[in-house]
Formats: sequence, C-alpha cells, structure tokens
Amino acid sequence: MKMYKVIAASAVLVLGAATGAFAQDKPTDPQIAHIAYTAGAIDIAAAKLALSKSTNKAVTDFARSMVGDHQAVNDQALALVHKLGVTPEDNPTSQALTKAAEAKRAELATLKGAAFDKAYVDNEVAFHKQVDQALETLLIPSAQNPELKGLLETGLKLFQGHEQHAEHVAAALK
Amino acid sequence: MTALAPDRRQFLLAGVGVLLAASPAKARDSIVRVTIENLAFTPAEIEVKVGDTIEWVNKDPFAHTATVKGGWEVMIPPGATATRKVQASDGVEYYCRFHPNMTGRIVIRR
Repeated sequence: MKMYKVIAASAVLVLGAATGAFAQDKPTDPQIAHIAYTAGAIDIAAAKLALSKSTNKAVTDFARSMVGDHQAVNDQALALVHKLGVTPEDNPTSQALTKAAEAKRAELATLKGAAFDKAYVDNEVAFHKQVDQALETLLIPSAQNPELKGLLETGLKLFQGHEQHAEHVAAALK
Repeated sequence: MTALAPDRRQFLLAGVGVLLAASPAKARDSIVRVTIENLAFTPAEIEVKVGDTIEWVNKDPFAHTATVKGGWEVMIPPGATATRKVQASDGVEYYCRFHPNMTGRIVIRR
C-alpha cells in the first residue's frame, strides 16, 4: 500500500500545483506521454513476472492480456509522439511511478503460488485504479494535443476494462 | 355477389401460397455484423434469427472476446473477425472477458 501512497502523493502534488496559482505547472504533453508510457511499461513488466511465476490460468490469461494490450497502446503512443515530433520528457510523476513499481516488484518476487497470485492481482486492481484516476482528473484534462487526448481517452477505457478484469480474477481467487 | 366468393377464396389461397413460397427466401440465414472499435461493440444491440451468423470485426489492436456468463465464448484476436451461428438460446447479454466494461446484447427475432 505504501507505493500507492507515494504515487497518490505525487499525483496530488502535480494536481495541487496545477489547480493552484501556477497553472503552467500542469504536466505538458511530452510529460503526459512519458507518464502514460511509463505506466504501460510498468504493467508489462509486472505481467511478465506473473507469467514466469504463476500457474493459475485466470492469472496467466490476465497477464497475457496486459502484455498484449499495454504493448499495443504503447506502440500507438510511440507512433503518435514520432508523428507529432514530440520527445517524451521524464518528470517526477514518472519517477515516482517507477520507484514504487520497483519496490512492488521486489516484494512480489519473494512470493510463490497462491500468495503471489493474490498479491499480483490485488496490486493490478490498485494500480489500474490509481492510473484511471490520474488519467481522468489530471492527464486527460491537461493534454493539449487532440490526438494525444484521444489516445489517453482510449487508454482510460482500456485501463478501466483491465481494472474490472482484475477485480473478476481477484474474486475468482477467493 | 355470392358467386364471387369461391374466386375470392381461391385468390386468398393463392395469396397464402405466394407467402408460403416466399417465406423460406425471407428466412434465409444472414450475416449480422458487429464492429469492435475503441473498446465498444457497435451496434451494442443486435436482432438476429436462429441460424443467422454473427460476425464480430475487431478493428482494435487489442484481443477481445464475446463472452456469455456461464455460457459460450468467442475469441476475437486483434484485427481479426470471428463468428457464431445463432442458436435458440442466444438471446443473451455478453461482454468482453478482457475488458468487462464492453457489453453487448443479442435479441432473437421470432
């Protein structure tokens, strides 16, 4: 849960700055592209860990879907930034996401069997919830380029679908 | 006037015959297409007859399914088309197992 507090704190900081006097502190399009790509890459890495550790079909099906979907959406994102001539820019939110994911990955790596499955799927529910919230309240409203905004909106529907899928898998594990 | 009655009856019978002859053609199985784009089934609700074929065309780069809870499932890979022949029990609501926020409905026309 600690990692989510870090992400939440970071999102709050960015959001706080955006809604305060310094409206120009809203994330820029190159930063938004970096945050979205980072979130996808984090989920792919977690799914690959799950595929190497889990033997539960519902869990591996979910993980395979995460690898395929996030790879596809990140490929779209890369194609878009290339087309727009935008270079994704690293930023404190991306860094906080990566740092939290590394800690979670180390924790998951020590688990096995049903304990791993539960921890992985619970984390997927929480992670997607967190990203959905950031997309809805911060990233989509801040995006300037309409094509980037459109891709983020598709990303939100995708992530909301993943959140529900993760919830179904979590319920089945109980 | 009464003399006309048999004629009229014949005419009506002939009419029924035409309808009967026409009905097999009218009931010919057709293909009903559902497009999947941007994580949505369009149209979300389709009306089909038993024997029709539902064709899901997946324009997304993501794998989807048409899944009936406790029932059948059709896998629809990215960029691919998948089909199902409509059965009598197919008046159902379905969803994508990978993205349960995607839902659709099949109504059977009698």
